Amino acid sequence: MEIEKTALYDYHKSLGAKFVPFAGYEMPVQYSSGIVDEHKITRNGAGMFDVSHMGQLLIQGNESLATELEKIIPIDLKKIQLNQSKYSFLTNEEGGIYDDLIVTKVEKGFNIILNAACKNNDFKIISSSLKNKFKITLHKNLSLIALQGPKSSQILEKIINGISSLKFMNGNKFYYKGKDVYITRSGYTGEDGFEISISNEFVEDLAKELISQGVKPIGLGARDTLRLEAGLCLYGHDINESTSPIEANLKWAISKRRREEGGFVGYKKIKSDLNGSLNRLRVGIKPEGKIIAREGVKIFSEDGKEIGSITSGTFGPSVNGPIAMGYVKLNFSKPGTKVSLEVRGKKHEAKVSELPFYKKSYVR
Amino acid sequence: MSEKKYSKQHEWVTIEGDVATIGITTHAAEMLGDVVFVELPEKGKNVEKEGQAGVVESTKAASDVYTPITGEITDTNQSIVDDPGSVNKDPEGAAWFFKIKIKNKSELDQLMSKADYDKFAKENPN
Repeated sequence: MEIEKTALYDYHKSLGAKFVPFAGYEMPVQYSSGIVDEHKITRNGAGMFDVSHMGQLLIQGNESLATELEKIIPIDLKKIQLNQSKYSFLTNEEGGIYDDLIVTKVEKGFNIILNAACKNNDFKIISSSLKNKFKITLHKNLSLIALQGPKSSQILEKIINGISSLKFMNGNKFYYKGKDVYITRSGYTGEDGFEISISNEFVEDLAKELISQGVKPIGLGARDTLRLEAGLCLYGHDINESTSPIEANLKWAISKRRREEGGFVGYKKIKSDLNGSLNRLRVGIKPEGKIIAREGVKIFSEDGKEIGSITSGTFGPSVNGPIAMGYVKLNFSKPGTKVSLEVRGKKHEAKVSELPFYKKSYVR
Repeated sequence: MSEKKYSKQHEWVTIEGDVATIGITTHAAEMLGDVVFVELPEKGKNVEKEGQAGVVESTKAASDVYTPITGEITDTNQSIVDDPGSVNKDPEGAAWFFKIKIKNKSELDQLMSKADYDKFAKENPN
């Protein structure tokens, strides 16, 4: 399969990006100043992320669409307000997760943002579930820019009038150079910020304008350290087809009505997890020293029994130390529980930790 | 101190008497990105040429550090363990990794000059 490029590829190159292949795309992993610097810029100022590799799906329909979609997405799509966004997932028959996603109710129906690596499979799953009753478009002509950090709002307001009045996890249509753009106040960094859906034709103009206002470009490297500090899951690592949302500590993302009524794919497993058969849980893990425990590292109890494994681990620049998350047996999931991590054949002390590692500052 | 020599595994070596000081090259530090963790061998340990003698981790990944020289570890640079970021700031100076009592001086002949290493690094960027 030929590797794809986003509409901003040449612009990234001119900004000094180092590229890596990611989910079939050639994506910037970092720019010249490095991951730690980019991370701190996002925490203290404003960073621009090209996330155009992610899927932007529009499903057109009315109330009957909400009913149909509820069969595969476990949130209350009947009650979701116009322009409201919700985090959710596509579940499978075994109660695992095909993908995690953000659904936004729009005038025409629902916008869904999907992971790049999953988007084509998601499209198939959703299409076959909806049986051609609704028009589904996986946009090829739209880019997606995330602007993240405490200065995002004041900077973006200078370019696109009115955005500062958006509330967290809400979106709306705005105008950039007279063209429609759809902006949500959301992100994947634990900071205030926006995701801007804009046509490929104008995305470079917008990107250049953001940079000229002092925004710095940020690559996938810092995106990973930021999201891990914020305790957010990375699909394919912290969650996958064999983790249930309850095991993944994402119970909050399933609407109360749906938890009680079910009526979606995989409910049997999710219901039994909710009713006491849960035996493992995703938790934060904080190594005591400087050692970094990465994906696959085994977790042991104080008395030396294997109790789980790490699913993501890195160095958190704002925490100024190593951070990780992983799954442990339920009776070891309480924050503060002492565990050990086996890295390169040696055991290292760690503790189960509250998530997030870094406190959020969202605008409610 | 001797002229600096370089290995294909991106280490540099300087010699004083029968002791070699070893670190990673500026090129290697740039390729790694921000170094956030360093693990060094224990003093007194005997290491073999091209054997693993430490670990450096960036935010992205962990990489082994090899020794280009066989011998006994006589000293290690604790300051880079305490401040891993110094490896990016001065990789071929203050941020040396370890010192080795050289067992076999002929191994030094297999190392490259700076000009040869620069050419090698250009052709083998990783």
